Parts: sequence; C-alpha cells; structure tokens
Amino acid sequence: MKAKVFVTLKPGVLDPQGKAIHHSAELLGFGNIADVRQGKYFEVEVNGGATAEEAREAAERLAKDVLANPVIEDYKVELEG
Amino acid sequence: MKFGVVVFPGSNCDHDAYHVISKHVGQPVDFIWHRQTDLSGYDALIIPGGFSYGDYLRAGALARFSPVMQSVKNFAAEGKFVFGICNGFQILCEAGLLPGALIRNAGLHFICRHVNIRVENKNTPYTSQIDEGTVLSIPIAHAEGNYVCDDPTFNALEENGQIVFRYCEDDGEITAEANPNGARSNIAGICSPDRNVLGMMPHPERACEELLGSNDGLGIFRSLTAAIQAN
Repeated sequence: MKAKVFVTLKPGVLDPQGKAIHHSAELLGFGNIADVRQGKYFEVEVNGGATAEEAREAAERLAKDVLANPVIEDYKVELEG
Repeated sequence: MKFGVVVFPGSNCDHDAYHVISKHVGQPVDFIWHRQTDLSGYDALIIPGGFSYGDYLRAGALARFSPVMQSVKNFAAEGKFVFGICNGFQILCEAGLLPGALIRNAGLHFICRHVNIRVENKNTPYTSQIDEGTVLSIPIAHAEGNYVCDDPTFNALEENGQIVFRYCEDDGEITAEANPNGARSNIAGICSPDRNVLGMMPHPERACEELLGSNDGLGIFRSLTAAIQAN
C-alpha cells in the first residue's frame, strides 16, 4: 500500500524559493499567478500485509518524526487505492 | 581537559575545528565518528560545519538520527558543553537541543564572507572572556542560516538571555542591512536555557589567526576552555 506525504511550510514562514519561482513565472509572462509556495512530496510504500489503518499510522509517524520539521512545516498524509 | 569533534558523513569543517583546538587553544582533541556512542572522557563536543548527509531532506535533519546523537543529548543533559557551528547549529535545532529552525537565506544565495556579530550576553561559557557589546568579525558560509522561531520561543530566548550573537554593523548597531540572511531579530547564535549548548551560524574556527583575516573567534574558544577549567 502506498501513502503520499505532503510537507508544506507553515503559513507565514518565508519561502524564498517559492518567491523565486513566482518571479520566474512572471518573467515568463504568466499574469495570473498570485503566489507560489514550494513543498515536498514523498511516496511511502508500506509492506503489503498492512491494513489501511496501519499504513496510515506508519506514514503519519514517519511524517511527524522525520519528513517534516514541526517548527516550520505542516504535513498531510493520503493513502492511495 | 578533552575536546571531541563529531564527524558525520559530509562534515567539512571538522579539521578546522580540530586545528584550532590543538594549535591555538592548545588542548587535547579527538575526532569522533558519528557511529561512536561512548563519549566518556570528553568535556566539550564541537558539532562542526559542513553538509552532513548532503543536506538531504533538510540541512541537519538526517544527522540527528546518527548513533552518536543520542549520546550527545545525554552529554548535554549532564551539563557538559556542546558547541554547534553552522551545520552543527542546524543539527542541534533539528535534534531539539536548541529551539527554532534554520531555513533558506532570504536572498536565496549561498553567502560566504566575513560579517560582524555583536556579543549580546557575556554571561555564557562561550563569551565570558569577551566584553558584552564587542563586535567580532567572523565569516559565514551558508545557504540555510535564516533563523526562525515562533513568538513564545523568541520571547523566551530574549527573557532568558539566550540570544548570544546578533549580526550588526561595524559599530555594533543592529540593522536590517547588517542581517545577511533574514534571521529573526538578526540572530546569529543562541544558547540553551542552561547555557551549556551553543549554536551559531558564523564560523569562529575560521577566524583564529591573523593570516586568515581575523582572530576574533579565539575569544569564544578561550571562554569555553575557561568554563571547562572552572567545572
């Protein structure tokens, strides 16, 4: 079973990389993009025998303890299938 | 007295720190590979700069899972000295030994140059030999040195005197222009509530001999040595 983990900067935390991407988009002529925030996306393969609940629990714990820094980032877990 | 310099895969300022401790501070020092867990016999650990684990995930994020880090936490809990420089500061924040986090520089660039930092608190084991308000010329070399923390954390840092260094002008004035990376309140270095753990982005180990443009970093290492002797 696959879990998708999205890690994003908390609102209010400066995202210079997102800003630079937004600036490039403007230079490319995009007139309608108001803002860009950059985050991280992880695909976590959980062992076959795991139930959906176990898979979610494992992915949540990995996200909380490793993938995201709770000081600056939020995370969201989605199960696939 | 014995110093240890912790070496992770990707550390690259370990030899600089070793050089300064052995040649300029004149004390015994060992390299400590990150798989080592026995830290008995050491009085102070330096977590050096570099790119531990290639800065994968986040700067300092993976180093905190190295076997040595649990021992470093115990070492700090015993009141012994842990000094994180640059990537070492990032590792200490990720490991929860210091509050807050270090994010990408506001200007996006990797910055490698001398900056001025002002000693904000003389009452720490790392600054006791330096007058408060002294301006030190110390180089920075980082892309993720932008210190962030929430308001309660910041207020606690201020109230407890945990802000040890701030980026400043030549004359010591704290200005936005003197802030190289966007760090909150120009913070360049902070210590733990008990003051035995210090993290700073500038590299004092690169400023310990005139030949390198400044020896302003020596006061920090001399202070630490005095603190160990006093223990």
